[in-house]
Amino acid sequence: MDFLRRFARNKGAVVGAVVLACVVLLALAAPLIFPETPWEIVGPPFRKPGEMGFLLGTDTLGRDVAAGIAHGARVTLLLSLVSTAVALSIGVVLGAVAGYHGGWVDDVVMRFTEFFQTIPNFILLVVLVAIFTPSITSIVVAIGIVSWPPLARIVRGEFLTLRSREFVQAAHVLGQSSPRIIFGEILPNALSPVIVSASLMVATAVLLESALSFLGLGDPNLMSWGYMIGASRTVIRHAWWISCFPGVAIALTVLALNLVGEGLSDAMNPRLARKARA
Amino acid sequence: MGGRLGFIAQRLVKAVFVILGIIVLNFLLIRLAPGDPALVLAGEAGAADPKFVDDLRREFGLDLPLWRQLLIYMQGILSFDLGFSYRQKQPILDLILARLPQTILLTGTALTFAIVVGVSLGAMAARHVGSWWDSAITTLALLVYAMPQFWLGLMLVLLFSVQLGWLPTFGMNTINSGFAGLEHALDVGRHLILPSLTLGLFFMAVYARLTRASMLEVADLDFVRTGRAKGLPEGRIQRRYILRNALLPVVTYAGLQAGYLVGGSILIETVFAWPGIGRLAFEAVLVRDYNLLLGIFIVASVLVIAFNLLTDILYTVVDPRIEMGT
Repeated sequence: MDFLRRFARNKGAVVGAVVLACVVLLALAAPLIFPETPWEIVGPPFRKPGEMGFLLGTDTLGRDVAAGIAHGARVTLLLSLVSTAVALSIGVVLGAVAGYHGGWVDDVVMRFTEFFQTIPNFILLVVLVAIFTPSITSIVVAIGIVSWPPLARIVRGEFLTLRSREFVQAAHVLGQSSPRIIFGEILPNALSPVIVSASLMVATAVLLESALSFLGLGDPNLMSWGYMIGASRTVIRHAWWISCFPGVAIALTVLALNLVGEGLSDAMNPRLARKARA
Repeated sequence: MGGRLGFIAQRLVKAVFVILGIIVLNFLLIRLAPGDPALVLAGEAGAADPKFVDDLRREFGLDLPLWRQLLIYMQGILSFDLGFSYRQKQPILDLILARLPQTILLTGTALTFAIVVGVSLGAMAARHVGSWWDSAITTLALLVYAMPQFWLGLMLVLLFSVQLGWLPTFGMNTINSGFAGLEHALDVGRHLILPSLTLGLFFMAVYARLTRASMLEVADLDFVRTGRAKGLPEGRIQRRYILRNALLPVVTYAGLQAGYLVGGSILIETVFAWPGIGRLAFEAVLVRDYNLLLGIFIVASVLVIAFNLLTDILYTVVDPRIEMGT
């Protein structure tokens, strides 16, 4: 309750949450509003927005842009959530192991993390998806592989400070196993920064997924926002709406996620938030 | 002085290890890829030619044990041989080197723009915190931060080229213009504006946010209060006391951003048909020329590492306190 009140105090976060709810609703309702697949040709090509009852116009082949955006919301949200989950599992496990054990384990894991932070991550992403051929699995795993390092650092930092606390020592004395202490005792206490950065990571994942499909590296069976922009960019002189609207959808979703992330961060660390705003 | 040299030497050793790591990663990627590695390396076009595939097999020693293969691969790359692109019928290193100057021009311009404008906006927002300026700058940064770069580029084309007709849409110079000397440079400059603006805007937003936050943090410190108590003019306090100290995290961050900058150039060069390595990477993806793609990955990584090294050294110059640091 207290948490919700603090979240609601941040106006941007509330706006973000509302926009995000709309996008999720659109994604859930897509098959109801547009029962055909978004690939279906439903009218003449290049209809302007509003013409012949097409709210956002039709594309180069006569497919409904609005249907593409609604179905694209499903694809983009789902892929971003799952790839964030992949990044979370890699980052949390590596960060927890490094921070809990310290010493040489910590050294090795952190060198490994630094390595992944140094190499140009978008090029690695393109290389991974291109070589393993674009599919839902390869896209999701590849986005996870390039986005876990910041998370591992955060979790490691939390574990380093928490591992010497009394409740952890108590667990040691009680003879609990390491995995149990890591996941049952320490991790629940390190969750709030993880949740905040995870929500910001979903935003990055949306941008990465869109960029991949823009380059033609999306799953060929899925209609996504990035694909719509990439497929219509050559006709932008004659038909601005085909590439404009999907981009607005991406920007709104990312903006909403970023605002919610900042709101969560403020609500979970009220003292920090007050200091930052002063 | 010894401390600084030691620090730089330490960074150099680290950089060498990262480069070796990238070579091993590349090697593993080819082996882990679905299908015959020789066919992967040959790309779709090359695979049709059995002699070429056989040559590749011999070149990489694909019938030898894995560790021998790795050694052969490393030897090749460390002697600056990135292999041959069957698609483009040219050595990969030549292809990349021909495109590299254009990418450096684009990313360099974008980074300069981003730092100069971003830091200025951030400083302005921090100085007048809570004012109309501050909210305008913060909102702008938030919006730009959320837009996909490739889409932003298309929208800028729509506005400045299609609607207003001020700037060229794509390429690096006007075809068949016969421009030379200064005229040629101006022509390239006109073509450079939109792509570098698109690439730079995102990082401008990042620097503006970073500078603002960092300046607000420094403004709370004791030496700033002392400066004020001494009656120093506010402009001097802002510039010499606050901004100078607040810039340190910005410098570090600029180093870390190099990778994103090169990655972003794939998208921007694709949108604007800018003839750099990003566009080359896109072409490689289109025709599944994996060997070329991996070559670009290696060269881009080495560039990013070199840039990181440079910012590390710059850091020790800007702030002598950290010369013994990690």
